[in-house]
Amino acid sequence: MANKTKALILRVQKIFGDKLKSCDVVLDEVTIVVDKKNLLEVCTTLRDDDDFFFEILIDLCGVDYSAYGEVEWSTDDASGSGFSRGVSSPERGTTATGTTPEADVIKNNKENRFSVVYHLLSIKNNQRIRVKIAPEGEPSVVDSVTGVWAVANWYEREAFDLFGIMFEGHPDLRRILTDYGFIGHPFRKDFPISGNVEMRYDAEKQRVVYEPVSIEPRVLVPRVIRDDHRYLHEQALQERNLALQNNKNKEGN
Amino acid sequence: MAEIRNFTLNFGPQHPSAHGVLRLVLELDGEVIERADPHIGLLHRGTEKLVETKPYNQSIGYMDRLDYVSMMANEHGYVLAIEKLLSVIPPVRARYIRVMFDEITRILNHLMWLGAHALDIGAMTVFLYAFREREDLFDIYEATSGSRMHATYYRPGGVYRDLPNEMPKYQASKWHSEKEVAELNKNRHGSLLDFLEDFTKRFPKCVDEYETLLTDNRIWKQRTVGIGVVSPERALQLGFTGPMLRGSGFEWDLRKKQPYEVYDQLDFDIPVGRTGDSYDRYLVRMEEMRQSNRIIQQCIDWLRVNPGPVMVDDRKLSPPSRESMKGDMESLIHHFKLFTEGYSVPEGEAYAAIEHPKGEFGVYIISDGANKPYRVKIRAPGFPHLAACDEMTRGHMIADVVAIIGTMDIVFGEVDR
Repeated sequence: MANKTKALILRVQKIFGDKLKSCDVVLDEVTIVVDKKNLLEVCTTLRDDDDFFFEILIDLCGVDYSAYGEVEWSTDDASGSGFSRGVSSPERGTTATGTTPEADVIKNNKENRFSVVYHLLSIKNNQRIRVKIAPEGEPSVVDSVTGVWAVANWYEREAFDLFGIMFEGHPDLRRILTDYGFIGHPFRKDFPISGNVEMRYDAEKQRVVYEPVSIEPRVLVPRVIRDDHRYLHEQALQERNLALQNNKNKEGN
Repeated sequence: MAEIRNFTLNFGPQHPSAHGVLRLVLELDGEVIERADPHIGLLHRGTEKLVETKPYNQSIGYMDRLDYVSMMANEHGYVLAIEKLLSVIPPVRARYIRVMFDEITRILNHLMWLGAHALDIGAMTVFLYAFREREDLFDIYEATSGSRMHATYYRPGGVYRDLPNEMPKYQASKWHSEKEVAELNKNRHGSLLDFLEDFTKRFPKCVDEYETLLTDNRIWKQRTVGIGVVSPERALQLGFTGPMLRGSGFEWDLRKKQPYEVYDQLDFDIPVGRTGDSYDRYLVRMEEMRQSNRIIQQCIDWLRVNPGPVMVDDRKLSPPSRESMKGDMESLIHHFKLFTEGYSVPEGEAYAAIEHPKGEFGVYIISDGANKPYRVKIRAPGFPHLAACDEMTRGHMIADVVAIIGTMDIVFGEVDR
């Protein structure tokens, strides 16, 4: 398996060259990041080239990175009054009390709030690859890959519905999972988990009415980041470090 | 002369053969389908968003409720993705137990599909037969996990507990006499594995029984042969996986091609269809049940002679025993931290896929290092299958819509998520 992954990554680097923003192997999964404008070209090559032959688009999804690394309880620094007390003001359900420094970079990159992730599978060559792009702006616009893989139709509708990412060239970009007349994009990190409206039957008006939610947002278990790697077994940790090291060396070459 | 127009028909969401809450807007030219527009999302619960708000382990139960007829298979996909991020490998006994339950689940799923599909097309008896066998498998679920359907049995690092040494038994009541109960309990005197072995011996005959009712049945063939034909090229374009893809002639099964757990040590075959119609997919699934039965038998044989742990011995991932928790301070702390805060998963992203009864079930997790996932995307096999509904039904008669929905094996828990 490992040899195959290596062959794939070499081939990817050879064919796409500087069209790749980055190209990594982590946990034996190949991830390439490409620029928005090259997406269709890269996807078509990935589908048609004999060494790739990714005939199936297994999955397409949106990701909202705007709350990346936010925690509700900082555990790595203590103040004069001791450690922080976890969630204090549950304003929107995810009240942050801090972020990790690396995460700040990703999070504060307002230009690239969203990502679109494509998982491809080749049946002929029995391999997988993950393609990521980071569209900019609001609304983020991405070229639709429905022309490359027909299955993208519903996946793109889903990403549009849940994240508000627009897909240019999509034949029928409607909402798919949410209710008729729904307002907002529920999987964005600033959309509260309880939603914005609730509905009930109004006996006087003899119809269903929408009202602002009456649910108080709350957090049962605070979100905590612990980066001490204590959960990794010694051996697994070593293997992981070795793999990371190898990648670095390869990039250096 | 009057103008002739197509008319639009609303099918579902409360239609018994819509298999849940499918609303189909059909555009008809007489009885022929011009266009089918499935409206989904009536069962959308925002599972992926809910998962973001809970520690990893608390979301295992949500996975059962995705595809609620193949519960443990969903858990498996989720648990595998977490294990990949954690770089944890469960003990081999746990892996055999998981494979065994995956196959039990496959039989459960295919029985449900078979019963419902046949019922849609007008064969009542198969449904009753299928539920007779499902009952035994539910009992196995219950004896192991305590729950007949939503088991929440898999954990990152293994399974919740080892298989029980005895099966629960029926008790006499004013509805069941001692004699009747003795008959019911006849195969329940041994361990769970004994009960399951008894089942696997009976089951091939049961499949023969279903096949007697359907395979050469003239009505069944009239309703399925040549219906919903998908060419191999289209099957790839439409993102088909599992029996839908195999029905179109691809020998593609993750259990063989990208083996996970212990599938590479087990002996089984992959049935493949030829024409890509509903009838071939039916044959593929029937054969899959027989193959699952074979796998279960091999797992039973292995599990009988190989006792051992079923969970990694890592206090940061698995709770300590009750006994040590009562007497040992450190165990108490571990227990407390594990159940209040959970474990943090190293930063990164992973995609893990399994051969779910319906196709490829994948879970894509992005972790930012917290005790809750940052983003979870569930790749449900039914979603692309249902998306192909329009293409598959075009040009067919309205009655065939039901046959095509049936052959797709749709469950709305996973399509809507």
